[in-house]
Amino acid sequence: MKWNLFLPYLLVTAGVTYLIRMLPLTVFRREIKSRFVRSFLAYIPYAVLGAMTFPDVFYSTGDMRTAICGVAVAVLLAWRGRSLLTVAVAACVAVALAQGFLLLV
Amino acid sequence: MNIVFRQGIRHGIPIALGYLSVSFAFGMKAVSDGLTVLQAVLISMTNVTSAGQIAAVPLMVGGASLAEMALTQLTINLRYALMSLSLSRKLDGSMGTLQRMIFSFANTDEIFAVASSQPGKVGKYYLYGLMLTPWIGWSLGTFLGAAAGTLLPEFVRTALGIAIYGMFLAIILPPARKSRPVRFVVLAAVALSLCFHYIPGLNTVSSGFVIIICGVAAAALGAWRYPAEEDAA
Repeated sequence: MKWNLFLPYLLVTAGVTYLIRMLPLTVFRREIKSRFVRSFLAYIPYAVLGAMTFPDVFYSTGDMRTAICGVAVAVLLAWRGRSLLTVAVAACVAVALAQGFLLLV
Repeated sequence: MNIVFRQGIRHGIPIALGYLSVSFAFGMKAVSDGLTVLQAVLISMTNVTSAGQIAAVPLMVGGASLAEMALTQLTINLRYALMSLSLSRKLDGSMGTLQRMIFSFANTDEIFAVASSQPGKVGKYYLYGLMLTPWIGWSLGTFLGAAAGTLLPEFVRTALGIAIYGMFLAIILPPARKSRPVRFVVLAAVALSLCFHYIPGLNTVSSGFVIIICGVAAAALGAWRYPAEEDAA
């Protein structure tokens, strides 16, 4: 990507991300009073990650059949509370195995 | 070397290992989408956030407006504001404004989780150690994925495409299992996201705004229905 197009994006992503982290630690040190706002902020990560995962994950391997195998393994392990690393690696292995299987049949 | 600093470094090692694999996948994806190796590494060194970066690359190569980029990052990363607010009460007297400004840079989900779980208050040397190893892991993994990703056989690269989503699932599913409000919020967000991908008309909305709309709507719906449960989340 051309640098003159890239640099403004870099500045915006890094700048916005930094300010979100920095301002509450330095400037706004008060507690948030509103129960609605506090719950809203607490739910945001789950809502965002849920929307980013589905349905995109089914297109992440170029073949929906292998992606479904990866999702099944990831959901099972994540549901049981396994670590980030375990779930991510196991999903990749499941996809690789499914690809091998599809080549054989 | 300061013993507390070393302890922070040690606590950061498992985080760094997890970051290596996910940032490897990010680096690989960024380069295959059209960024250079240096650009991918610069994004990781300056942003230090998985979800935000992963959403940012398609917006960059797709030529999205800077306003859409800023709003998308704001929504995806809004959770850090909450973490920073919560961590603020955990810092000891060594954390003046300057130290807070330095540490903010790397207040990721995992670093926040480890820092919050420490007994008592935490100080600057511990936090500097704790942010250092994961930051190196995140940048190094991106470099390796961006530089060497194309050398890997095709079936390995395809399989790695799912790594990031595996990590997302590992973050959202354990709390979704324990807490009904979180389960409700995740399902609502997924349902909305499916609508925006498959319903004609709605599927023309660009990826950044889809994340913003789904994230804000599902979280607001959750907060409206389960306002008292914020501690369970």
